[in-house]
Amino acid sequence: MSIYSAAAHWLVDGAHWHGDDGFPHRIAQHLGYTALTVAIASAIALPLGLWIGHTGRLRGLAVGLTGALRALPTLGLLTLVVLWRGIGLGPPTIALVVLAIPPLLAGAYAGLESVDRATIDAARAVGMTEWQVLGRVEIPLALPLILGGLRSAVLQVVATATIAAYIGLGGLGRYLIDGIAVRDYPQTLAGATVVVVLALILDGAFAVAQRSLSTHR
Amino acid sequence: MKLTRLLATAAAVGLTLTLAACGSDPTNIASGKDTSGASSSSGGAGSPIVVGSASFGESEILAEIYAGALKAKGIDASTHLDIGQREAYIGALKDGSISLFPEYTGNLLTFLDPKATATAPDAVTAALKAALPDSLTILTPSSAEDKDSLNVTAAFAAKNNVHSIADLKGIKGLSLAANPEFKTRSYGIPGLEKVYGITGIKFTAISDGGGPATLKALTSGKVDVADIYSTTPSITQNHLVTLEDPQHLIAAQNVVPLLRKDHDSPQVDEVLNAVSAKLTTQALLDLNAKFNGPDKPKAADVAAQWLKDNGLA
Repeated sequence: MSIYSAAAHWLVDGAHWHGDDGFPHRIAQHLGYTALTVAIASAIALPLGLWIGHTGRLRGLAVGLTGALRALPTLGLLTLVVLWRGIGLGPPTIALVVLAIPPLLAGAYAGLESVDRATIDAARAVGMTEWQVLGRVEIPLALPLILGGLRSAVLQVVATATIAAYIGLGGLGRYLIDGIAVRDYPQTLAGATVVVVLALILDGAFAVAQRSLSTHR
Repeated sequence: MKLTRLLATAAAVGLTLTLAACGSDPTNIASGKDTSGASSSSGGAGSPIVVGSASFGESEILAEIYAGALKAKGIDASTHLDIGQREAYIGALKDGSISLFPEYTGNLLTFLDPKATATAPDAVTAALKAALPDSLTILTPSSAEDKDSLNVTAAFAAKNNVHSIADLKGIKGLSLAANPEFKTRSYGIPGLEKVYGITGIKFTAISDGGGPATLKALTSGKVDVADIYSTTPSITQNHLVTLEDPQHLIAAQNVVPLLRKDHDSPQVDEVLNAVSAKLTTQALLDLNAKFNGPDKPKAADVAAQWLKDNGLA
């Protein structure tokens, strides 16, 4: 039996679809880590990116910072945070937040920058306050790019959240890491397949959202 | 402009090839650090003894110790370090490109006989002797072992009066960190239940082979017990208590000289047995700690110092 058919068997085996080690539980954990990470990263990156895009301040710093953050290896960062904080939910969340910030930040400030200056000047001319300009003109017009940043962040985090299993947490990474440890490669391949499918589904959902956003205009 | 780009591309390709050539292929013995130039000799009595090693510090130190001890007694010996995995160096021993290797009894036995079940030191050695190919032999194993070991902090040991794995039985909510395979292997969670009757262990899989993350989990109190290789310097540096294993749950891994029979002689046996007699797990711990110390000494220098300290050279 080839490893592919063995992985397919592993995937459809009913025994792997219930309990703490089963796919539903692991997928729920995986999505939980992803949601937590993207929520924290959005809370940090979106306000910052909108401020940078609106005021045009610190843009050079933001570009440099996002470039530098992108270059950090997530697994290396995870080990570093573990040595500082010990094991637990904190280290993988911090490592993944660092991964998610660059696309979110870039989406936000690039989105605002893409708005036609004449439109913004017109908004100010009709007497809008700065908050109104941001909330009623800039953000709605920048939304496709902001959503693009979110899409990119979610995709990267959902594909990388497997590292949580490296320090004993759950999620779909368990199949990868446990499989490799005992050379059960069908299990590893089955787990990796589920990660890919999950990422494709999420990306597809974002694609639909982005399209409906641009047609409703 | 075009020419400049072409040259740059050529330079980049050249650099990549050079770098690729530097990376060693673990299955290819010729890629090892050959300090003897004897890799093509096919052995035989009277020819020099070539000591091989795997590609990790402890194995290199042990190979240098064997070679140094032999040379000190006037036996012609050299080293061929860094020969990757067991598949590669057992092959090199069989074809005679190396003639002596510092091995670990349990792992070698499992390699030669995957179904082997022996775990106690003497039983492992006996099974190993039976499983060896005709051209190879082992000498007397040393007491030094590099194997999985269960460790607790000194504070935990004192508080719960724990010295042996058997003492863990009955501790409520016991938590343990180890590599993920510990969950299913016979020496892991299933063995702790079957051999020592310890149930309900909260298991945390940390995939760094008893490295810094596992150590941090133990010292920070996130887990009570951690699986760390018995010759890791962090055990002594953090005053950890390594639990005794009276039922031999974890298979013995005594360091033993694995030798080609055509290089076996009473003189060689005498030298290597004298080394094995002095080699203890504590000695391995000290050697590893020194090798990984701040001044990063060479394996050969660490070995030479140990031989001198023990009156073997």
